[in-house]
Amino acid sequence: MTFRARHLLGIEHLSPLEITTILDLADRYVDLNRRTVKSSDVLSGMTQINMFFENSTRTQASFELAGKRLGADVMNMSVAQSSVKKGETLIDTAMTLNAMHPDLLVVRHGASGAVNLLASKVNCAVLNAGDGRHEHPTQALLDALTIRRAKGRIQRLTVAICGDIAHSRVARSNLILLGKMENRIRLVAPPTLMPAGVQDFGCELYDDMKKGLEGADVVMMLRLQKERMDGGFIPSEREYYHRYGLDAEKLGHAKPDAIVMHPGPMNRGVEIDGDLADDINRSVIQEQVEMGVAVRMACMDLLARNLRAERGRQIVGAMV
Amino acid sequence: MTTLYLTNAQLIDPAGGSVTTGSVTLAKGLISAINGPKPKGATEVDCGGHYLAPGIVDIGVKVGEPGERHKESFRSAGLAAAAGGVTTIVARPDTLPAIDTPETLEFVTRRAAEASPVRIRHMAALTKGREGREMTEIGFLLDAGAVAFTDAFNVSSDTKALSRALTYARSLGALVIGHPQEPGLSKGGAATSGKFASLRGLPAVSPIAERMGLDRDLALIEMTGARYHADQITTSRSLPALERAKAQGLDVTAGTSIHHLTLNEIDVGDYRTFFKFTPPLRSEEDRLAMVEAVASGLIDTISSMHTPADEESKRLPFEEAASGAVALETLLPAAMRLFHAGHIDLPALFRALSLNPARRLGLPQGRMEVGAPADLVLFDPHAPFVMDRFTLRSKSKNTPFDGQRMEGKVLATFVAGTQVFKA
Repeated sequence: MTFRARHLLGIEHLSPLEITTILDLADRYVDLNRRTVKSSDVLSGMTQINMFFENSTRTQASFELAGKRLGADVMNMSVAQSSVKKGETLIDTAMTLNAMHPDLLVVRHGASGAVNLLASKVNCAVLNAGDGRHEHPTQALLDALTIRRAKGRIQRLTVAICGDIAHSRVARSNLILLGKMENRIRLVAPPTLMPAGVQDFGCELYDDMKKGLEGADVVMMLRLQKERMDGGFIPSEREYYHRYGLDAEKLGHAKPDAIVMHPGPMNRGVEIDGDLADDINRSVIQEQVEMGVAVRMACMDLLARNLRAERGRQIVGAMV
Repeated sequence: MTTLYLTNAQLIDPAGGSVTTGSVTLAKGLISAINGPKPKGATEVDCGGHYLAPGIVDIGVKVGEPGERHKESFRSAGLAAAAGGVTTIVARPDTLPAIDTPETLEFVTRRAAEASPVRIRHMAALTKGREGREMTEIGFLLDAGAVAFTDAFNVSSDTKALSRALTYARSLGALVIGHPQEPGLSKGGAATSGKFASLRGLPAVSPIAERMGLDRDLALIEMTGARYHADQITTSRSLPALERAKAQGLDVTAGTSIHHLTLNEIDVGDYRTFFKFTPPLRSEEDRLAMVEAVASGLIDTISSMHTPADEESKRLPFEEAASGAVALETLLPAAMRLFHAGHIDLPALFRALSLNPARRLGLPQGRMEVGAPADLVLFDPHAPFVMDRFTLRSKSKNTPFDGQRMEGKVLATFVAGTQVFKA
């Protein structure tokens, strides 16, 4: 087992071996989650706090379930409508929570780098559940697990990531992870939604979706935020769907066994055709949700082991 | 006042472009002789073979008075300046409230004179409240001692109002300092667009926004004939326009900040907010282009763009954190990096730090010649040290050089013939 990290702030800091370690452990948690009795005690006695500065239902539920299945005491703080609104700074909130001795802190924040900042001020393990446009590591890991289970490997695949790349932390984390695992990555987006300098990351850029999907093993769709639909970045919803929405015809350019992914929540009829999303032969969107719980259990398990080891060393040090 | 006789110094003459060994006599606030005999009763100071240069004239220093004295007062800024070899602070008007009336200007002038060991000159706002709509009382403000007019980092999007202010300023011969930036394009940008900003997921602005801002300002200068200085040119994309304007004979000069000459966007690293600037740090190619432009004289001045920010405003997520850094004390050591890297010699460096800013503002400082004000800095360009931000004299400690190895120490600073700092 190789996993030495103190926090899980992004894919950027993980080695390919660490990624494989997480995925291997997550595979075992998938089996556990499919049993009737799903409980485990690896986090028993530990406290997990979910701190979501941005509203989220799915990710928060996934983390909560993951923690509970591992036996942690889970608390949800809906920070979006609490003291932060009263002018308390992020650091103050973090220090207040830190004084309550949590062991795992799951944080989502609207500003890039906010979770890194917070992690530098607390002495528990911090999991990044999405920071601004920066990273969303557990999403990339669950996507990797989904791909590995569907394709049998997570190397040497052609993966097309399509949609609002510029504003997507999911795209960034996936881009980094898939790159580390030596896959061929294509980014498909209208030029207004393509971030600058991204060609230097070693991926191919396309603004023509059909060309971008040519021969792809995996088609990863991204959510287009409602507020970006009207005129600002794209002319209209219907033009976007026409040119960049995934339907059976466009998918026909990918490999016949290509799988379709989406991090959710989906805008049916905007970035993806509703029937295609439900096609159990092509779409693995439900599997992604299932893998999400398992991957988060694996991440928290590994971080908790490191935390225990570190605290053990401190106690031994204090006795000597 | 005692007469000082500084001997055994390497004299840097920015105007003549030379470094010579010799002595300087300071009497009655002026340089009374160079390589003259020791006057009777003069106190002799042995400079130990170190370098003596005209003190730095720093255009664009933010002092927190009025309104933000907890960040920096005239006293703390003056002490920091003295320790950094800055003998004239040219203060920005982006205070609370803005310095946009003769009354406010008189107030800060009085406060500054009481509190600071170095000279402090003031710039006034070009428009009321720095809002870019109505011009200030440029005439009264000139009479009250304003050396230039600027809205600091606020860029007027009302081009008509700006053109009127420039036309009016021209009739009085007032110098206008602009912040070249296209306000729409640069809105919300916390980093320079490119690979690094994309990787970090930071809202970014293209360097083109600076060129567009400069293009607009220069077109207005062509139209109105006003005297213009661009506060910071930070990208190579702006240089052709600047070069053209100068060749065309417009009364235009430009500055850059020490941070854009010594740091690049990668230094931001893991969202380090002490490296957040307006405009944001650029690519290494742009940094080198700026260094070259200073060495060639295309960019006239180097400023610290000293901007104190308290811990609270920096301990925030990067995009929400305050921009800017304190730099009065680090300006000279940081500038020595350019000298040590072989990019620029010392006379050329002090041309940009001392002579050109003084000339542009019509001040007699910045010269190593008989009759010039005795504002001098004695420094050792080779003395190494590790920067510790808590040793800074500024009330705010936000320096990007914290923990960095630097070479170049100020040994003594003289203002009007009086020693105001000794290391």
